[in-house]
Amino acid sequence: MFHWLEKHPFFFAVGVFVTIAFAGLIEIVPNFAQASRPVIGTKPITLLEQAGRDVYIKNSCNACHSQLIRPFKAETDRYGHYSLSGEYAYDRPFLWGSKRTGPDLHRVGNYRTTEWHENHMKNPKSVMPSSIMPGYAWLYTNNADIDTAYATQLTNAEFFGVPYNKPVPMKDGSTTVVKMADSVAGAHAMALAEAKEITSKMKDQDVKDAVARGEVPEIVALIAYLNSLK
Amino acid sequence: MENRPLEYDYTVAKMFMLTTIILGIVGMSIGVFIAFELAFPGLNTVLGSGLAEYTNFSRLRPLHTDAVAFGFTLSGIWATWYYVGQRVLKVSMAESKFLMFIAKLHFWLYILGVTAVVVSLFMGITTSKEYAEFEWPIDIAIVVVWVLWGISIFGLIGIRREKSLYISIWYYIATFLGVAMLYLFNNMEIPTMLATSAAGESGIGAWYHSISMYAGTNDALVQWWYGHNAVAFVFTVPIIAMIYYFLPKESGQAIYSYKLSLLAFWGLMFVYLWAGGHHLLYSTVPDWMQTMGSVFSVILILPSWGSAINMLLTMKGEWQQVAASPLIKFMVLASTFYMFSTLEGPIQAIKSVNAIAHFTDWIVGHVHDGTLGWVGFMIIAALYHMAPRVFKRELYSKGLMAAQFWIQTLGIVLYFTSMWIAGITQGMMWRAHDEFGNLAYSFMDTVDVLHPYYALRGTGGLLYLVGFFMFAYNIYKTMSARPVEESELQNASPMGA
Repeated sequence: MFHWLEKHPFFFAVGVFVTIAFAGLIEIVPNFAQASRPVIGTKPITLLEQAGRDVYIKNSCNACHSQLIRPFKAETDRYGHYSLSGEYAYDRPFLWGSKRTGPDLHRVGNYRTTEWHENHMKNPKSVMPSSIMPGYAWLYTNNADIDTAYATQLTNAEFFGVPYNKPVPMKDGSTTVVKMADSVAGAHAMALAEAKEITSKMKDQDVKDAVARGEVPEIVALIAYLNSLK
Repeated sequence: MENRPLEYDYTVAKMFMLTTIILGIVGMSIGVFIAFELAFPGLNTVLGSGLAEYTNFSRLRPLHTDAVAFGFTLSGIWATWYYVGQRVLKVSMAESKFLMFIAKLHFWLYILGVTAVVVSLFMGITTSKEYAEFEWPIDIAIVVVWVLWGISIFGLIGIRREKSLYISIWYYIATFLGVAMLYLFNNMEIPTMLATSAAGESGIGAWYHSISMYAGTNDALVQWWYGHNAVAFVFTVPIIAMIYYFLPKESGQAIYSYKLSLLAFWGLMFVYLWAGGHHLLYSTVPDWMQTMGSVFSVILILPSWGSAINMLLTMKGEWQQVAASPLIKFMVLASTFYMFSTLEGPIQAIKSVNAIAHFTDWIVGHVHDGTLGWVGFMIIAALYHMAPRVFKRELYSKGLMAAQFWIQTLGIVLYFTSMWIAGITQGMMWRAHDEFGNLAYSFMDTVDVLHPYYALRGTGGLLYLVGFFMFAYNIYKTMSARPVEESELQNASPMGA
């Protein structure tokens, strides 16, 4: 059989393809629908948080930080409740990471504050003396890309049915609605309102001034995102 | 034509040989730089705070992995394909204007793609999926490049004179099909500019931006099905294609066992893709998948060792060649590192070991003993074998080659030993509790303790890079020397062992 295959490249290629495709089908397909169901309490992220998530991705924060708490005592002691599949239902792309050069961030919003992040991102050593993380000074001067974040929200709602502007069940039995703007101009106003809330807890005068001018520096968006990780 | 040996056309092989060397230098230099950034964080801003955005670890890390995997390694694979393909199929590229055109297009479009990748990653344009960071316009370009290679493979096979496909060809075909399938499915994404706001606006935001078709756990599953098998079909399968050709050719020995190569090939094809689940142990993917990933990773030892043992036994009775020829040394140590790496991987995939190893530097160490020892050495060996034949000159220096071998071997050993210690230390410290049941160490304690190992790893990487420069110099001197060969060497080793 194999001698024959080696003389017939077409059938050989078909044979190889079927052999390698087999495992993928069995492993990936059965769980697909189930894994995409959100757990109760999972809401879509807001516009500013989305812009911050984009900043997180842009700077490959996931190269050093994971967002996956494994079900071990040491990890739940250190980071909080272990991660559940449904918590990631709206995560496109997923940001689990593969290496912890720094600590896990899946629930960092529970134990770090806006002010802490502000100091940490400017000069990590100011809050963690032996940190090997570099400073991210440019986050304070670059502006976040609100338009793209808005387009991402729209795509999530249109193509993947992420429930923006719809009631989402919460753990205490209530419902929450995460609003999405209906135009680009509306989106900018929305992001700015969110940004003002963040900067009210920040110290950096240049960042405050920028927001007052109607700009949204990357650091503000990033902090909004990190605060949302709970 | 009948009695004359075929004149093979190495134009495209030469082009890819050059990119292998250039992109190898680029990718490995970035690797050494970021390794030292972890040991000495001050290096992150070495070019000043204005450029810090482009020189910090997190921006350069994807650039390093992609440059080495898809720059150095893919170029090496293609350099050997455009050399080996003709020879084992007994047909010259010069015989088909069409295939020559496709091959050149393949090369130039690839260069264009590489340029786009480098620029976009520096800019921070990334999908964040490891080894698949490229946004959709580049993804499309990559698919086109891949299809062109496919045309080249099957085109050359179509006009072959040798009826039976040699083992190496099996592996090149598998590389082509495997990567095509994995890449397509993992990179399914929707450009965000396609969305329309309630006010009717569309084309909003960055045109190149996209989001993954899959969310959360599903995205992770598809990504690691891809990520693990990028290792299979870029770092393993095509490298086996190389060694099956170059080791017998260089040593003058026949492959030890045809049956074993058959068993190892089909075994590898069947088992490899199951093993991706081992990247997701203790994550939120279902338990049965984690178990499958773990079990099949251990089973994977069989086909992997099948190939490696077949290689080592090919040298049976001819071990004196290992002492005499640095080129054989490269290949024999490559097989040995392959065995080592494919034993280490399954060990890390055992659930209890993974609980300690995952997220640590031990994983980084594992990747590097595989890539530096197996992939790097095999590509270097292949190019050393090809250089005298494609440039029709004697190799510039055998002594330099031997020195390079030892320097790089020392580099690899430093690299993986430091990362072993670092990773296991890290994993043990993370989980340690004191007698009252509290965490024994803060996260920062584990960062502090790693410093010497990071410095050592950087040094190991630097030694490997130094060796690579010696390799580049040796090849450069070979190709720029005065031609001494009237016709190409037929059987004798260029080392004259």
